[in-house]
Amino acid sequence: MTGDAPAMLAGMLGVIRRDLLLAWKRPGDILNPLFFFVMVAALFPLAVGPSPEQLEFSGPAVLWVAALLAMLLSLNSLFLSDFEDGSLDQMLVSPVPLPALALGKSIMHWLTSGLPLVLISPVVAITFRMPASVTGFLMITLLLGTISLSLLGSIGAALTVGLHRGTALLSLLILPLAMPVLIFGARTVSLVAAGDGVAGGLYFLGAYAVLVLSFAPFATAAALRISNE
Amino acid sequence: MWKFIHKLASPPHFYGLAASMIPWFVVPGLFLVAYGAYAGLFVAPMDYQQGDAFRIIYVHVPSAYLSMMTYMIMATSAGIGLIWRIKLAHAVAAAAAPIGAWFTFLALATGSIWGKPMWGTWWEWGDPRLTSELIMLFLYFGYMALRGAIDDTAKADKSSAVLALVGAVNVPIIHFSVEWWSSLHQGPTLVRKGGPAMDTAMLYPLLAMILGFTFLFGALLLRRVRAEVLYRERRTRWVREMILSKGT
Repeated sequence: MTGDAPAMLAGMLGVIRRDLLLAWKRPGDILNPLFFFVMVAALFPLAVGPSPEQLEFSGPAVLWVAALLAMLLSLNSLFLSDFEDGSLDQMLVSPVPLPALALGKSIMHWLTSGLPLVLISPVVAITFRMPASVTGFLMITLLLGTISLSLLGSIGAALTVGLHRGTALLSLLILPLAMPVLIFGARTVSLVAAGDGVAGGLYFLGAYAVLVLSFAPFATAAALRISNE
Repeated sequence: MWKFIHKLASPPHFYGLAASMIPWFVVPGLFLVAYGAYAGLFVAPMDYQQGDAFRIIYVHVPSAYLSMMTYMIMATSAGIGLIWRIKLAHAVAAAAAPIGAWFTFLALATGSIWGKPMWGTWWEWGDPRLTSELIMLFLYFGYMALRGAIDDTAKADKSSAVLALVGAVNVPIIHFSVEWWSSLHQGPTLVRKGGPAMDTAMLYPLLAMILGFTFLFGALLLRRVRAEVLYRERRTRWVREMILSKGT
């Protein structure tokens, strides 16, 4: 029996469990993007100056840009080790539909890079003098936005797997597609800080995450097949 | 029907057909652009607010429209190539990308030159259409970079097709999100309820320019597809025979 729901779920969970275990054995894979996020966020006050008004004003934008870059950094290795040790070939010939496995990889990427970013963001936000109420919204927008970024990024990672100079290329492919997420994520937090309504921005981020969830696994699967011909 | 499509899509047949079609695009295109440029620059009255600076729309609007149109053509042919495995469609997508990038650049450059006297600045981040054109340019760059990074043509075709399709899904969303972000650009004057809000003396040259640019774009695309087909088929018999029979 191939392609039935329990088998698909089992395959997906298998991928997630295996990759989480791998990440647990090599914590650097999770921690490096986090350190990168904190450092990029720290660069801005150093460049802009310590004025509290400016920091408060630029906080949402800086945190969002730093989060976007940190997500990109970890995307490059998403399929790399699978490609090198042959696991990817096994996934391609597996009876479990490839989109389910691709979705598993995207979920794994979000768990190991999106979620930690969301959790650490309040700490960085404090240094930007962000009030607690605004920080809550920052976490919600990051939560919704990083889901879309993980899914979109998986497509780019699948397209560039096995290519030389993949990192710069991956950024070039994914950054334009990630603009709507950045715009709505950062602007929504800025609007909260200015005391405006935010429902529209949050709805958009949620709707976009659902839209990307509906097509990204299929695009990622198609890209993986093409990259491994 | 299918037989006809397969015949059309066969490289030798298309190569010859495109050559005979190009004049049908070049001649009307040149006439329309010549009329549009003359009427737009000399005949059309000055705008009562913008003076002579408004005349840049005769290049700006056709370029901006073609920058979007080319992306759609590129994504559609890439999709056709991916689904029905028609190699010619991939060649069309590959040939269209640089043209689209140039039209996008032209739209950005003319928009920026127009912005200097109108807004007092070369670049205005508050303008949604300028910003979404810029993102459009990035999308073209990404597409061309991915193509350039893959040596195998068949693989490059398919990979870039997936990217073009994902991009096509995102183009309206990017447009909308940038729109929401802020607005300073003047509202649409050409396509709106109750007909265009423009004097006919200004409008007709603009329509001529849009149509003329489209014809010239068609000619350019056909020419580039011919070159692309020739390059891809360089090791086949029909290319060798064609070259040998022509003597050079």
